[in-house]
Amino acid sequence: MNADLFGLELNVWADAAIRLVMVVTLMTVVVMGYTYLERKIIARFNRRLGPTKTGPWGLLQAVADALKLVGKEDLRPRSADPWTFELGPYMIFIPIFMGFVIVPFIADFHIRLLDLGLIYFVAISSVSIVGWVMAGWGSDNRYAMLGALRSVAQGISYELPLVLSLLAVGMYAGSFNLGVIIAGQDVVPNIVWQPMAAFIFFIAALAELNRTPFDIPLGESEVVGGPFVEYSGIRWSMFQLGEYASIFIMSLVFSAVFLGGWMWPFGEDLGRWFQVLLSGIKAGGFFFVVVWIRISVPRMRIDQLMGYSWKVLLPLALVQVLVNGLVMVNGWHEVTLLISGLVGVAVLVTVTGRVVAAPSVRPGPARPLMPTPAIAQGEAVS
Amino acid sequence: MAQADALYVDYLPVLLAAIVGFVLVFSALIGSRLLAPFSQEREKGTTYECGMLPLQRASTNFGMRFYLYAILFVVFDVEAVFIFPWALSFMGIGQFAYWSMVVFIGILGLGLGYAWKKGALQWR
Repeated sequence: MNADLFGLELNVWADAAIRLVMVVTLMTVVVMGYTYLERKIIARFNRRLGPTKTGPWGLLQAVADALKLVGKEDLRPRSADPWTFELGPYMIFIPIFMGFVIVPFIADFHIRLLDLGLIYFVAISSVSIVGWVMAGWGSDNRYAMLGALRSVAQGISYELPLVLSLLAVGMYAGSFNLGVIIAGQDVVPNIVWQPMAAFIFFIAALAELNRTPFDIPLGESEVVGGPFVEYSGIRWSMFQLGEYASIFIMSLVFSAVFLGGWMWPFGEDLGRWFQVLLSGIKAGGFFFVVVWIRISVPRMRIDQLMGYSWKVLLPLALVQVLVNGLVMVNGWHEVTLLISGLVGVAVLVTVTGRVVAAPSVRPGPARPLMPTPAIAQGEAVS
Repeated sequence: MAQADALYVDYLPVLLAAIVGFVLVFSALIGSRLLAPFSQEREKGTTYECGMLPLQRASTNFGMRFYLYAILFVVFDVEAVFIFPWALSFMGIGQFAYWSMVVFIGILGLGLGYAWKKGALQWR
C-alpha cells in the first residue's frame, strides 16, 4: 500500500514516519517560539524588555534554556515511588504527542485525518491526566499530591463542556473529520454560526491547558508548582514541552474547528504558502489571547472554578447541542443559529461576570455526607 | 478486506506516534544521563516541604468531594459518548431521533438539577 506525500509515492510506514519526523521538528521549533513569545509578550505588558542577551533580540533564549535543563542534575526523592515517578513524564507527554495525528496543518500536510478525529482528540488528550496523577502520587509530596488531585478534578470537569462544544460543531458540519470540517468553511467560518460553542470551547480549553485563570493545580502561591514540585532538570522540561505542545495542538484545533483553518478566506486559491500564513496567524492569535488572559486575569478560587464548569458551561453546552439539532432537523435558516448563539454568548458573559464578581461566600463548616465517627486515621487532606 | 485495510492505514500513524513520543522522552532522559552531573548525597533526597522535614507519607486520606465530581463526570461522559453517534446520524432519521434525544438529555438535565439542589456541585 502506498500513500501520497507531496507527490511522492511512499509505503504507508515510511509515509507516516516521515510525517511524524516533520511534526517533531515543527513542534520543537514552535514550542521554542511560543516560550520566547510568551516571555516577550508578558514583558511588553509589564513594560519590560524580556530576554535580550542571547542571540539577536534574545531569540536563542529557548535554546539556551533547553541546554541548561539537559545539563541539570536529575534528582529523585528517596521516598518517591520509583516506577510511578519515572513513568509520569512518559504518561504525560506521549498522549499529548499522539494528539498531533489528527491536526490539519495545511491542505496537503497532516499526519492522518481520521474520520473520528474529534472523538480521537478528546479521548487522547484526556489520557495525560493519568500522567499528572502518577507524577503527583509518585513524588510522595503533599503539594504534588494536592496538585494532582486538583488537576484531575479540574480536568474531568472541563472535559465535558469541551467535548459537547466540539460535538455541536460536528453536528453542524456533519462530520468529525477535521479535514471535512475545514472544507465546509470555505465561505463562512464556523465561529459565525456557533459563537457560543466557540466561547465554551475556548474557556474549557484554557482550563484543560491549566492556564491562568484556571491554573489552580499549578498555583505557586498555593501548591508550589503542583505535581512537578519534585521534578528537576530534563524531566521538568518534559512537562514544559508537553504543556506548550498541547497549547500548539489546542490552537490548531480551535483554528480548524471554528476559524476555518487554512481554508478561510481564499486559502485554497492562493496556494500553499498562503495556507501556512493563514494557519499561523489563526493559531498565533489563539496563543496571543491565551497569554493576554494570563497577564490580565487573577486566578479563580476552587469553588468558583468547579461551580463555573458544572453550573454554567455544561448546561449551556447541552442547550447548544439541542438548539443545533432543532434548527437542523427543521431546516431553518442558519441565521437562527447566529441569533441564538449571540444570545447564548450574552448570557455566558453576564453569568461569567457575576460569578467572578460574586463576593467570597464562606460555605460554612463541612458537613459529612454520612454521620461517621470523625475521620480516625490521619487527618483528611483537601 | 478493503475496510480492514483502511483501518490499518488510518491507525498505523497512531501507533507510530506513540512510539515516536516514547523515543522522544527516552532519548531526552538518556541525553541528560550522559551530560548532567550525578552525586549521591543523602540530603538531596529529602522531600521538599518548604524547609520542614516531612512527618509522614503524603499519600494519606483526601477529601470526599473529589469522588463526587468523579461520579458525576462518569455519568455525563457516558452521555457524551452516547450523543456522538447520534450527532452524525439524526439528520437521516428526522424528527423522531431529535425528540428522543431531547428526552434523553432532559432526563440527564433532571439528574444534574437534582445534584445541584442537593449541593453536590458546591465545593465545600
